[in-house]
Order: sequence, then C-alpha cells, then structure tokens
Amino acid sequence: MSSPVPITIEQLETPGRRHAREIIIKGAAFLAALVSVLISVLIVFSLFREAWTFMSQIEWAKTWGEIGWFPRRGIYDVPTLLVSSLIVTAVAMIVAMPIGLGAAIYLSEYAKPKVRKILKPTLEILAGIPSVVLGFFALTFLAPNVVARIGGDAGGSLMAAGMGVGILSIPLVASISEDAMRSVPRELREASAGLGARKVTTTTRVVLPAAVSGLVAAFIVAVSRAIGETMVVFLAGGATDAAIFNSSPFDGGLTMTAAMASLASGTDSVVGEGLTFQSLYFVGLMLFLITLVLNIIGNSFVARVREKY
Amino acid sequence: MAFTQPLVSANDRQRIEANVTGSRVDVAGAAFKGLLMLALAFSLAVIGLLIATVVVDGWDQIGTRLGGFLNGTLRSLSDSDRLGVHQGLYGSLWIGVFVAVLAFPIGISAAIYLEEYAKQTRFNSFLQLIIRNLAGVPSVVYGLLGLYLFVNDGWIKDNITNGRSVISAGLTLAILVLPIVIITAQEAFRSVPSGLKEGAYGVGATQWDMIRTQMLPYAAPGILTGTLLSMSRAIGEAAPLILIGAISGGLTANPGFTDLGALDERFTAMPILITTWTQNSGRDAGFSTAAAAAIVVLLVFVLLLNLVAIILRNRFENRRSS
Repeated sequence: MSSPVPITIEQLETPGRRHAREIIIKGAAFLAALVSVLISVLIVFSLFREAWTFMSQIEWAKTWGEIGWFPRRGIYDVPTLLVSSLIVTAVAMIVAMPIGLGAAIYLSEYAKPKVRKILKPTLEILAGIPSVVLGFFALTFLAPNVVARIGGDAGGSLMAAGMGVGILSIPLVASISEDAMRSVPRELREASAGLGARKVTTTTRVVLPAAVSGLVAAFIVAVSRAIGETMVVFLAGGATDAAIFNSSPFDGGLTMTAAMASLASGTDSVVGEGLTFQSLYFVGLMLFLITLVLNIIGNSFVARVREKY
Repeated sequence: MAFTQPLVSANDRQRIEANVTGSRVDVAGAAFKGLLMLALAFSLAVIGLLIATVVVDGWDQIGTRLGGFLNGTLRSLSDSDRLGVHQGLYGSLWIGVFVAVLAFPIGISAAIYLEEYAKQTRFNSFLQLIIRNLAGVPSVVYGLLGLYLFVNDGWIKDNITNGRSVISAGLTLAILVLPIVIITAQEAFRSVPSGLKEGAYGVGATQWDMIRTQMLPYAAPGILTGTLLSMSRAIGEAAPLILIGAISGGLTANPGFTDLGALDERFTAMPILITTWTQNSGRDAGFSTAAAAAIVVLLVFVLLLNLVAIILRNRFENRRSS
C-alpha cells in the first residue's frame, strides 16, 4: 500500500478534482445500472413488435383447436404447445417438490452442522450441471431405464423430459425452502420441544407452517423455471420440428420452449411460410409473460418471508 | 428445613423415568427422518449416476483418443478419427471472454450504484424490481433478443457482429448473466460491515475512496464467487445459442484459440455440439458416444468453476464467522 496523502482543509472545503471525480464515478455507476432497464425495454420491444406482426396477419380460424403445431405449413395451434408445457411442468413438480422439500427439511432440521457442510455444496453441484447434460441424461438413461418400465416409450417423451426438468429443479426447490425454514426462529422449535413435542411433530406442525410462504415461493419459482426450461424438453421431449396435439405424458410433444428451439435449429434456420419467424416471437412473448407473472408472485412471497422474522 | 421424604415415591419415580427415557421407539419420527434422508440420497445418487453414465458412454472417445477428440473437428460421420470438439472449445472460450469483459465490469458497477449511491427513490426500487425479474426470464427469450438485435439486418449486424457469429453469442450471453452478476455482487456489498465504511469516512475518504479501498476488497471473495458461477452458467447455456443460430456443420478449419479472425464467422460451442450429437445419435449411434464425451469435457470446466466458487464461499464464510 502507498503511504496516505495528507488532505488539506482547502481540499475538503472546495469542490475540486476529488469532487469532480466523485460525480463522474457516480454517473458511470448509474449508467451501468441503467443497462438493465435498456435490456428490459429491448426484450419487451422486440417481443411485442414481432408478435404484433404475427397476431395481426395470422388467420386465427386456422390457429385454434386440436390441430397441432406445424409452423412451416402455417398451422399455429397454441394449445398444443401450452398443454405439452403444462404436462412437462406437472411431471417436473411431482419429481422436484417432494425430493427438494425432503432434502431441504433434512438439511435444515436434522443434519448436524458438519454433515450439512458437506451435503449442501454437493447438492449445489447438481444446480451447476448444464441443462443440455440433463437433456442427454433424460433421453439416454431415464427414457429407456425408467419411462419404458412404467409404460412409456424408450425414446423421447414428455414424461422423460418432465423427469429431467424435475431433477434440474430439485436444487432450486431445496435452496429456497431451506432458506425459508432456517429463517424460522429457534424459539419456536424450543417452545414446541418444551411442550414435549417430538421432533417430527415440531417439524411438521411448527416449522413447516411457519415457513409456508417460502415453500409456496419455492413452488412458484420452480414452476416458472420448469416452463422456461428449454434444452431438456428439446432433447428428450420426443417431438421435433412439429407436433400434433397430445395430452398423454407418455407420448412425445412440443413445449413452447422446444417449439422455439426446433424452429430456430432447422437446417434452413427460420424460413418457411411467411410468418414462421414472427411466430417465434409470439411464443416467446407468451412464455415471457407467463414466467414474468409467476416470478413476480414468487418474489413477493420470498419478500414476505424475509420481513416476517 | 429439608425434605426428609421425597415428594414422589420411589415407585412413581421409576415409572415416570421409564416413561420419559423409556425404550419406546418413535416409529413415525424415524420413518419421517428416513424419508428425508432418502430424498437427499436420491439427489446425490442422480449426480453420481449422471456422471458415471456419461463417463462410461463417452469412454470410447475420451479414454482412447482424448488428444484427437480435443483437437478434432466437426464431422458428418461419428467414426471418423478426426471427429472432435476443437471448434466448440473455441466458441465456448470466447463466449467466456465476452462475459468476463462485458458482464462483470458493468454488473459490478451497477451493484455499486444500487448499494452505495442510490437513494430510496421510486426509480431505484423500480430498477431493483427490473433486475430481479430479468434474472427470472427464461434463457430462450434472451436468445430471441440476440436474434433480433445482433443477427437480424441492421447497423449492429453490418458493423459489429456480422450476423451469426461468436460476437453475437458472446454479447447475448453477457446480457443473460448480467442480472445474476448484479444480484450476487449486491449481496457481497451488503455484507460489508458499516464500521469499515464509517472508519474510511472518518479519516477523510471520499465515497469513491471508501468504495475502492474498503468495500471492494472486503466484498471481493463474494463477488468472485458470483462471477465464477455466472461464468459457468454462460458456458453451459445452449438455448440462446440455438436461437441465434449456432451450427454444427460446415465450419471452416480449426481456428487457433487466439485467432481473432474467426470471431465474426459462423460458430459453434460445446453445448451446441452436445445438442446436435445427441440428436444425431438416432441416425448414427456413434454420435451418442461423441455427445457423452463432449459432456465430460464440458462438465470438467463447468463443475471446476462451480467447485472453486463453492469452496471459496465456504472458506470466507468460516473466516468471518470465527
């Protein structure tokens, strides 16, 4: 470290170079913060602009009903995508909620500090695994070894994709719900134990109800994450390029995100009938709005937990 | 006056003791605990199973010809002895550079503004809200933004990105991780004790002097953790790259890793190779092996970044709490 330069009274009194530097730095930091606003504006602008072109030019009569999603032939049946997305999300939550919550309860209420210190980072490794990798795992391992045994196809299916997305969501569910349970004051647990309650009673009747907004937040944020997940459903969802309407988890289907990915990865990229390119932005806008609403609700639940205790 | 007679008779005392400490097993409690452990064990087993699967599947490539695989190029057939991931590594490396050069400085500056300069105005809480929501926007949507901004015809395409290029990919992923960098840096700054700040002001430091000499060094480990995690996120992300048109065939020969000329050409990246090879495995089963091998290569980078970040965080948490 260099030796400190003494500061004179004049320097402190007059707005000199030090003062000018402060203003410049503050301005630069403000501009950096503004970049986020700019990005948001650009996202909303591009989505709305192209989606508007799509919506104003499409033949709506041809678009709704149980037809399917064939963008290159000009058939854009939105419910086909929505139903597939919902099926994947439902399967994912059935996998992720109990397992994530169970892991969280164990880490927060039962694990000794030393054990926790090892297990928690290990669980975080699962969070760091890229979703393409889980897509590969879902298609090459889960589909033939798990889905095929419970009555499905050994190839890709919404079930396999849902399981993959579920595994992906476990760390997210676990970390939000663990935070919520750890923020429950110790006194509540001690009071419960003092009344003679067993550990299991304390956990299920005292800690879980006290942490309920955090658990709801974990659920909502995980749903939002599952709807927006792309690579697992794209690789393991079992439908490429186009899909007919399907409401069975054991068949292949095209979710909103997979529809976008497969349209963009076609050999000729995004060409086809006139509005194919714009349809990407229309689906993107739906996805953006759905996840935005879910995230706002989820965040407000997280905020409630933090304020309460 | 002392009690000569115990309040409870010896007989009662024994019965009460037996009730409190007795050998009754708490069946429900044990079952509950067992279920919880099962949940955790399942999650850990998945990690192990996943890693074992890809290592076994990819062994034909990484075990027998690792050097060739790392230096090889894209091929239309999987049994070619020149098949490999070099072009993917090139793309991923430069995407990482873009993220480090763009997202980190802008994100950390934004966090400094929000934590240190911003007053409690409506506009600033609006900024906070925007950043939190941006962090939850699905990554495909960022791909749409990249497609719109950097790939489509316009000034940016003509003068900066040249369309579907590493530059477009790097810019898109820098935008994608920016909110994550801001949020983790903010948390790191928030953990700086106010005593440190007040001490700096007390000896006549200006706000920037204080930030530079006290806040930044104290928060550095936290910021580093966040940046490592977002770097690994960027390297593993595939969806936005598919949208902006990363490809897996017809690329020019291997560029050197410092070859800037290839930055504005068509490109690929590790996650894209994995995606395409997985899709091609139906037509040519050998691509499944190649995809698994590419996953091993990607996981080595991504998990290493994660591991370092987690270890760093735990170390600094311990040091401060003790």
